[in-house]
Amino acid sequence: MKGWKVRTGIAICAVFGVIAIVGPWLNDLMGLGPWKIDYQAIQQPPSAEHWLGTTAQGQDVLAQMIAGTRNSVLVGVLAAVLGVVLAVLMGVPAGFFGGRVDAVLSFFTNMFLVMPVLPLILVVAGYVQDTGPITIALIIGVFGWAPGARTLRAQTMSLRQRDFVMAMRMLGETRIRLIVVEVLPHLAGWLSAMFLHMVLGAVLAEAGLAFLGISSADSISWGTIINQAQQVALLNGLWWWFVPPGLCIALLGTATGLINFGIDEVMNPRLRTSDVKAVRKMKRVLEGTR
Amino acid sequence: MSSRTRFLVRRVGFYAATLWSAITLNFLIPRLMPGDPASVIVRQLQKQSGQSVPPESVEAIRKLFGDPRANILQQYVDYLSSLAHGDFGLSVSRFPTPVSELLAAGLPWTLMLVGTTTVLAFLLGTALGIASGWRPGSKLDGFLSPLSTFLTAVPYFWVALIALWLFGLVLGWFPLGGGYDPDLYGRSGFFGSVLYYLAMPAATIVFSSFGGWLLGMRNMMITTVSEDYVLLGKAKGLSGARIMFRYAARNAMLPTVTGFALAIGGVLGGALLTEIVFAYPGIGYLLFDAVGKRDYPLMQGVFLMTTLTVLLANLVADSIYVLIDPRTREGGR
Repeated sequence: MKGWKVRTGIAICAVFGVIAIVGPWLNDLMGLGPWKIDYQAIQQPPSAEHWLGTTAQGQDVLAQMIAGTRNSVLVGVLAAVLGVVLAVLMGVPAGFFGGRVDAVLSFFTNMFLVMPVLPLILVVAGYVQDTGPITIALIIGVFGWAPGARTLRAQTMSLRQRDFVMAMRMLGETRIRLIVVEVLPHLAGWLSAMFLHMVLGAVLAEAGLAFLGISSADSISWGTIINQAQQVALLNGLWWWFVPPGLCIALLGTATGLINFGIDEVMNPRLRTSDVKAVRKMKRVLEGTR
Repeated sequence: MSSRTRFLVRRVGFYAATLWSAITLNFLIPRLMPGDPASVIVRQLQKQSGQSVPPESVEAIRKLFGDPRANILQQYVDYLSSLAHGDFGLSVSRFPTPVSELLAAGLPWTLMLVGTTTVLAFLLGTALGIASGWRPGSKLDGFLSPLSTFLTAVPYFWVALIALWLFGLVLGWFPLGGGYDPDLYGRSGFFGSVLYYLAMPAATIVFSSFGGWLLGMRNMMITTVSEDYVLLGKAKGLSGARIMFRYAARNAMLPTVTGFALAIGGVLGGALLTEIVFAYPGIGYLLFDAVGKRDYPLMQGVFLMTTLTVLLANLVADSIYVLIDPRTREGGR
C-alpha cells in the first residue's frame, strides 16, 4: 500500500473522521455554534470573523459544516457496516454452498440489484415518522448491500475451489468454520473496498434524502445544509453557503476512491500502473548496452 | 429455441419476477408501518379540500393503502387488480387528479432526459476509458482516472445547483427552470425551446455520470490488453487502432454493458434529483412535491414507474449484449 493516491486518501478520511468525533468540542473551542445567529453578519461572504461566511439567517457556515460532518460520517459508516454485513450474509453462503441456497440468495441479490434504490429508500423513509440520522442509516444500509453480495458470491465461488479450502474440508472441518476461518480472511481486501464504496454511497444517499426534505429538523448534516441553502442561497448568489457541503462530500468520496485504487492494485496486479520513470530508465540502459 | 432467445426469455422471466416483488413491496410498506396510513391520507384530503371525502374515495384509498379490518390476502388481490387497471389512486397534493395521469404527463420528460444523458455519458465515458486503459500510467490516464474518481463522488444535484447558479443566474445563458418556453407552446419554435431547456440538466447529468463508465471501462481495458490474443494481434503486425478497438475494446466492453444494470438505477435516481433543481417537469419533480406534501399515493406511483423504467432499460441492455457478445452468436463455437 503505497503511492500518493492511497496516502492522500487515508489522510483526507482521517481528517473527516477526527472532525466527526471532536466536531462539537471544536465548535465550542472556536466560540462557534451551528445555530448561533450573528445579527451583525447576515448573508456575509467569507471574512476573518466568519471563515466560510454566514447563511441568510446569520449562522456561521463553518460551524454548520463542522457540526454536519458528524451526522454525515455517522450515516456513512453505520450504513456501510450494515451493508457489508448483509452483503456477507447474502453473498458468501451463495458462493460457498451453491445449488439451491445459491439460487434463492442470488435471486434476491439480483432483484435488489436492478431495483432503483433511491426511490425505494424514499418511499420507506417517507412513511417513517422519526427520520434521525440512525434511522436514515439503517434504511440506506438495508437497501444497499446487493452489488457487494454479488461480488462476494463470485469471489467465494473461486475460493471454494482452491486447494487450501479443499484440504481443510477433507480434514473434516465444519462448513461454518471453513467459511469463517478459511474463506472470510481472503475476502478482506474486497470487504474493505466494499466498505469504503458503501460509505460514499450512503453519504450521497443521505444528502439526496436531506435535499428532498427527508431529515429530522433538529439534526444537521451536509445534506441538510444544501437543502436549506438551495433556494435563498442560489437566488442571492451566496455561493459560500452551498459550495462547501457538496465539496466535502466530493472530497470524502474522492478519498475513498483513491484508497480503493490502492486496494484494487494489490488484489489485481494487472491494474498496477507501471512506474513510467523506471520504464524509461530501463529502456535507456538497454539501449546503452546495445 | 436458439441460445439467444433462451437467454432473453430467461431475463424477461427474471424481470417479471422483480416487478412483481416491487409491487408486493409497495403493497407491504404502508401496511407494515406503525399507524394507519390510509386514515392519514383521508385526513389530509379533508384538510386539503375542506370537505368530507366521499365514501367511495375512502374505499379506493383503503384498497391501495391498507384496511386494518380486511383480510390481508383479499387486500392483496384487490390491490393487484387496481394496478392492473392502471389505478394508482388519487394524488393527495393535487386532488382529485389520478396519480396515473400525473405519471403519464411526467414520464416522457424523464425518459427524454435520462435516455439522452445515459447514451451520451456511456459513449463519452467508454471512449475515454478505452483511451485511458490502453496505456495505463500515461499522462492522459494520470489525468483522467483521478478526475473520474472525483466526479463519481460529486452529488448530482450539487453539480446541478452550481450549474444553475453559474450559467443560469450569473451568466444568464440558460433558462432557470422548466421543460420548455410556455410562450412557444404549440408554435413552431417549440421543439427548439425543448432542446434549449434540456441542455443544462442534460449536461450536468452527463458531467456527473460519465466518470463511472470511464473507470469501469479503463479497468476492464487494462485487464484485456494483457490477454494473449492481444499479444497475438500485435505479433501479427496489425495496426494499433485495429488491436485497440477490434481486439481489446470489444471484449472489454462486455462487462460494461452488464454493468449497465447496476448503473441505470443510480443514474435515474440522480436524474430525479437533477430535475428538482431545474424544476424540470418529469417524475422527479413530482416526487419532490410528493415528499414535501407527504403525498403517499404519488410517492408509491413514482417508485413503481421508475422500477418499470429501469427494468425495461435493462432488457434493452440485455438485447444489446446478445448482439455484441460473440459467445451467444449462433454456430459461433
